[in-house]
Amino acid sequence: MEFGLSQDQKMMQDSVHRTLDRAAPLARVREAAEANAVARDVHKALADLGVTGLLIPESFGGAGLKLLDAALVSETLGRHAAPVPFIAASVMAPLALIHAGSPEQQQRVLPKLAAGETIAGVAIAESVSGTRDGAGLTASGGKLNGKALFVMDFADADLFVVADRACGLHLVEANAPGLTKTSLISIDRTRTLGEIACNNTPAEPLQNGNAAEVLSRMRDAGWVMLAADTLGAGWHMIDQAVAYAKERKQFDRVIGSFQAVKHMCAEMAAELEPCRSLVWYAAHAFDAIPADAALTAAHAKAHTSEIGRFVARTATEVHGGMGMTDLLGLHYWFKRIGLNRQLLGGPERVRHLAAAMQGFAAAS
Amino acid sequence: MDLAYSAEYEAFRAETRAFLEANRHRFPSGWGGGNRPGPELLAWQRLLIEHGYAARTIPREYGGYGAEPDVLKSRIIAEEFTRARAPSGLSGQGISMLVPTLLEVGSEEQKRQYIAPTLRGEIIWCQGYSEPGSGSDLASLQTRAVEDGHDFVINGQKIWTSTAQYADMIFCLVRTEAERAKHQGISYILFPMSTPGIEVRPLKTMTGHAEFNEVFFTDVRVPQENVVGGRGAGWFVANATLKHERGMLGDPNAAGSRLSAIIELMNTETVDGQTLMQNPVMRDRLMKLQARVLAMQFHGLRLLTASASGDDVGLARLIVKLEGCELNHQLAAFAIDVLGELGVLYEGSPHLRAHGSWQRMYMFDLGLIIGGGTAQIQKNIISERGLGLPREPKLVRA
Repeated sequence: MEFGLSQDQKMMQDSVHRTLDRAAPLARVREAAEANAVARDVHKALADLGVTGLLIPESFGGAGLKLLDAALVSETLGRHAAPVPFIAASVMAPLALIHAGSPEQQQRVLPKLAAGETIAGVAIAESVSGTRDGAGLTASGGKLNGKALFVMDFADADLFVVADRACGLHLVEANAPGLTKTSLISIDRTRTLGEIACNNTPAEPLQNGNAAEVLSRMRDAGWVMLAADTLGAGWHMIDQAVAYAKERKQFDRVIGSFQAVKHMCAEMAAELEPCRSLVWYAAHAFDAIPADAALTAAHAKAHTSEIGRFVARTATEVHGGMGMTDLLGLHYWFKRIGLNRQLLGGPERVRHLAAAMQGFAAAS
Repeated sequence: MDLAYSAEYEAFRAETRAFLEANRHRFPSGWGGGNRPGPELLAWQRLLIEHGYAARTIPREYGGYGAEPDVLKSRIIAEEFTRARAPSGLSGQGISMLVPTLLEVGSEEQKRQYIAPTLRGEIIWCQGYSEPGSGSDLASLQTRAVEDGHDFVINGQKIWTSTAQYADMIFCLVRTEAERAKHQGISYILFPMSTPGIEVRPLKTMTGHAEFNEVFFTDVRVPQENVVGGRGAGWFVANATLKHERGMLGDPNAAGSRLSAIIELMNTETVDGQTLMQNPVMRDRLMKLQARVLAMQFHGLRLLTASASGDDVGLARLIVKLEGCELNHQLAAFAIDVLGELGVLYEGSPHLRAHGSWQRMYMFDLGLIIGGGTAQIQKNIISERGLGLPREPKLVRA
């Protein structure tokens, strides 16, 4: 029985951290966020480390690692507010191809995803969190019609993995005829979000598996990744708040010596640290304990979102007025946590699904 | 990450399971009536020690089983006893706090005299730490022990002393060096509760029961050799025991049992013919708590692994008392809300559910949030030791 990280995992996470320290300091995050663009240099540095191919089997040029490894990367990306695609492009899309793609599709797409040469967006929001503003895609005769909102890792995507209204999965080229792309501007400009509209757009079905099951697996993995991102972003905010509280003086004392401030810091740490174990377990269960995978992924997503919101506002408050400023840049993490909370379903939606999984509520 | 147990541990599990199966007829039916463990329970405790299911890591020469510490085996024992609904070994402040302290700093004579009978349940202990004027600031305690020949003469008062009304012995913090700085003037001393000059008054709490006592000392005469760990070293000796106490509080497995009971409650209790589980608001609250319970259980697994491997987990261990006690309290509060008006019934009322235990837990557990270092003291510890924030500066008197 061992519930912890291996030496290899610690080293891998540390090397991602050091790479981002070098390649994505606050100034680089700010530059990318102001343009709401993918930081291709940072993406390249991560691809060189093998991050883009983390989950892809070695036979397709990837590292063939597990979701726990991906969670450690996601946590580290959150910690740095890294302006790069990952959750859709390097986790959910590869899973779709690995589990539902034909050998030909895998051979064609996976090596490029692994190398980071191709970026894949994922459009499954409607199947997971429900439809808004009349969204939804219909597949018929190899053509897609309708629209999908909240497409993740949207900018620079060369292709999209999309779900239709019947939970079928498809691969769509970004330059396919009849496809219109519209950027959505979210609070978090370190990641990109968009809308795709299809008008008789040709799409390849991903039908080498039970699509609904694969879609659930993509959702579970996405939940764990979003939770891990919030874990990393939240801890960054706590570290910043603690460092600020040790420096900032008022009433001739550092504010970190006031219990009112110390207790805010302690509460953040005490609430967020157990989320780490929840994320680890959910990520491990995804590969090793099928019976627990969906439920713990849901709880990791919903719970870390709740704690993330508490940490984001409290850490900002510890900084006083400075916490609100653009200059300090803390808001990039605040917004990152804000986006993570709603993507693939807000906490109430996800908890409803968690209840349904246990037979406590009718699925809807 | 590997949540399976190796063959050695699976064999140990099988052995534990076989032991419990073979000895099912010996399971004591209860505490045995009265305040002290009855003969059935004492016999069970002896059997458990003999087979290494209680006092497992205490050396043989002091009446334990003498095994090497192994957190995984301890966990397996706990799991298997729960699974078989077998009464686990005796606990209490003597076994969980005094014994580890004596092993760490006691004299050879003290170890030989007290550890074995304490483990066997023959000596019941109480803890004399808190005083009316010394709660969170425990080191300000005022109970005086004045040297008189070979003895100390003790005067003062203790409070929150659970089990004092039937304890045989007390381990007590007293001020022996009045002239020294407050942390340096305290001694940790043992004496029988039958010593003349001790008065125990039950302290009834909001639960309606006296879970605690006040203990008054008037010229209580105790030999000086009963000090543990040296005169004036009591603060450091006590901190060794507080560490053991905090480890006991906030157990995530208790939260898991409560959650299961609440799920059962929500599936069976009805309002207007609908189960509470069909109520989406209640269900959402249940899901929120389930996430917290799982998080704390997995957090427990992480700490367990870290204990076994010696890994540094930073502040992870410091948060357990704060988070665990709060969670247990929230679970009791939620169960009361699930029951609604039925949830306020108490003390043998008609329509009472679960003997009123949810209300009792809700009230008693508030005491656990306060006791063993208040939530606020825990937050000081987390922020100072875990996050490196400075201590509150001392007031300088003009």
